Amino acid sequence: MTTENNKSNIIEISGLNKWYGEFQALKNINLNVKEGEIIVVCGPSGSGKSTLIRCVNFLEKFQEGEVVVDGIQLTDDAQKIRSIRSEVSMVFQHFNLFPHLSIVDNLTLGPIWVHNETKSEAREKALKLLDRVGIRDQAEKYPNQLSGGQQQRVAIARALCTSPKIMLFDEPTSALDPEMISEVLDVMVELAKEGITMICVTHEMGFARKVAQRIIFMDEGQIIEENDPETFFHHPESDRLKLFLDQILTH
Amino acid sequence: MAVYEQQELRKPPISQVGIVRWLRVNLFSSRVNIGLTLAALYMLYIIIPPLLNWTIFDANFNFGEFSIFGFEFGEVMATNTNCGRSAACWPFIYEKFDMFIYGFYPRDLVWRVDSVFAMTAMLFVIVRLVRNRKGSAKILLTTFVVFPIVSFYLIAGGVFGLEEVKTHQWGGLTLTLVIASVGILVSFPIGILLALGRQSNLRVISFFSTIYIEFIRAVPLITILFMASFVLPLFFTGGVDFDKLLRALIAITLFQAAYFAEVVRGGLQAIPTGQYEAADAIGLNYVQKNALIVLPQALKISIPNLVGSSISLFKDTTLVLIIGLMDMLAMVNMTANDINWLGRETEGFVFVTMTMWIFLYSMSRYSKKLEVRFSTDHKN
Repeated sequence: MTTENNKSNIIEISGLNKWYGEFQALKNINLNVKEGEIIVVCGPSGSGKSTLIRCVNFLEKFQEGEVVVDGIQLTDDAQKIRSIRSEVSMVFQHFNLFPHLSIVDNLTLGPIWVHNETKSEAREKALKLLDRVGIRDQAEKYPNQLSGGQQQRVAIARALCTSPKIMLFDEPTSALDPEMISEVLDVMVELAKEGITMICVTHEMGFARKVAQRIIFMDEGQIIEENDPETFFHHPESDRLKLFLDQILTH
Repeated sequence: MAVYEQQELRKPPISQVGIVRWLRVNLFSSRVNIGLTLAALYMLYIIIPPLLNWTIFDANFNFGEFSIFGFEFGEVMATNTNCGRSAACWPFIYEKFDMFIYGFYPRDLVWRVDSVFAMTAMLFVIVRLVRNRKGSAKILLTTFVVFPIVSFYLIAGGVFGLEEVKTHQWGGLTLTLVIASVGILVSFPIGILLALGRQSNLRVISFFSTIYIEFIRAVPLITILFMASFVLPLFFTGGVDFDKLLRALIAITLFQAAYFAEVVRGGLQAIPTGQYEAADAIGLNYVQKNALIVLPQALKISIPNLVGSSISLFKDTTLVLIIGLMDMLAMVNMTANDINWLGRETEGFVFVTMTMWIFLYSMSRYSKKLEVRFSTDHKN
């Protein structure tokens, strides 16, 4: 493992099991994430990777196991869930921007209503973040006026606007046209350099190789293999991972 | 290999443009269509001329003498007898106009009703002026809270030295508008709550909301009005005089809330789950999520149906005449029973129809404008 052991765990998942009706989506997941660590989760579709990261901010309920985020154990308690959500931000595959609000209003919503910041302070921060993701000039437009890549960058800025400790990315580039993927990945690479804790579900293996400190391979609801990028790509152990890498890296 | 020269744009052939094309496509595209067109033309030929004769050409417009800048016009106002039976007698409407508008509202106090009408007109002006301005939400919200209260006290009186006018004296178009606007405005928030209730994760709330909505929707308004009028007072024994209009208002509000609830629920269902998830992920609580993210979008989608439902309610307010409230429609029989104007119901019904049409058509046009203005697409 390449991470320093002196840092504390910010996410601790143990014995996590989740069912959708009869179907078991997650099987006994154990995973610790250290503060500032960058983790990429990959695997074939339906392997439970999205479900896993959605358990971290409780968008998905689970039936068994423990999830502790920044010292708070997740339960049904709405108050606790909200306090975790105010520290964990999420970027979705389909952006999920609010179409009835301007770009800058999309960003300031969380700071104003959840973090009780004043409008002007939130706006100032929002504009800075938009500047950082390179779309400061689109601030007053509405989401549907932007391209997919721009929308996803807005979504990242929105996620950052609440100054989260942890960022979750749920296949952030899967819904994008090929020529827009890199503009989003560039922003994510920049973020990775800043020491924010990140868990990314993605198929972008180039990105994984470049920034991940640990890559987790999931299949059929379980973690099959986890390793540093070097070992992960060049010395895969399980047959399932070898097959997977074969399929996605041949092109 | 070849290089092609750029070609000039040409006008389309004559059969593709203008009235010829329009006629061909819309009226004479097939044999069946030709038949239907001719049948419709024949129907119009039968209906329109007599209608115009009755309402305009043969009708009596003798409203009495009047003068403009000293020039005298007209003659003595027509009476029922010198009007004739074969065409409309509009002097009847002219003379009974106040009845149609104010019912039995004391004539020396109708300025109060008139000021409410004027304020309503001003409301539209305010909305126009204020929109897209900074702080417009606050101004509009205050206006929409203050306006109904002021209107109510102006019409009802009993405060600030205004003489009280009992509700049984309210009537005509005034009453129709009071019932319709109270019904729509009060039931709207209740409808939203019911819709949210039905969608709620809390089983009890969802269960009772569903029961309520389905029960009300399965019962005709007229039954609910009867219940409110005759059954409600049974619960309030001990001589509590429960205002008849209030009873009707409660019935109509409860009725309309269920319909609004279903309309809003339709809007709620059109909101993608991603919007809920994004709102959750940001950490918004239930109220914030609905007030800031879900409802603004859901209500926007629902505008056409909300207005449609409001139009239905506006029309249904005429049912209150069966529990003895004197709304505009009730005024038709009332005025045509005047010994001087016996048998002029037709004119009354035509007048009420046209008035209703003006209001309802305006509502429908207004909703079209709202839809465009609130369009979420923002596509250029």
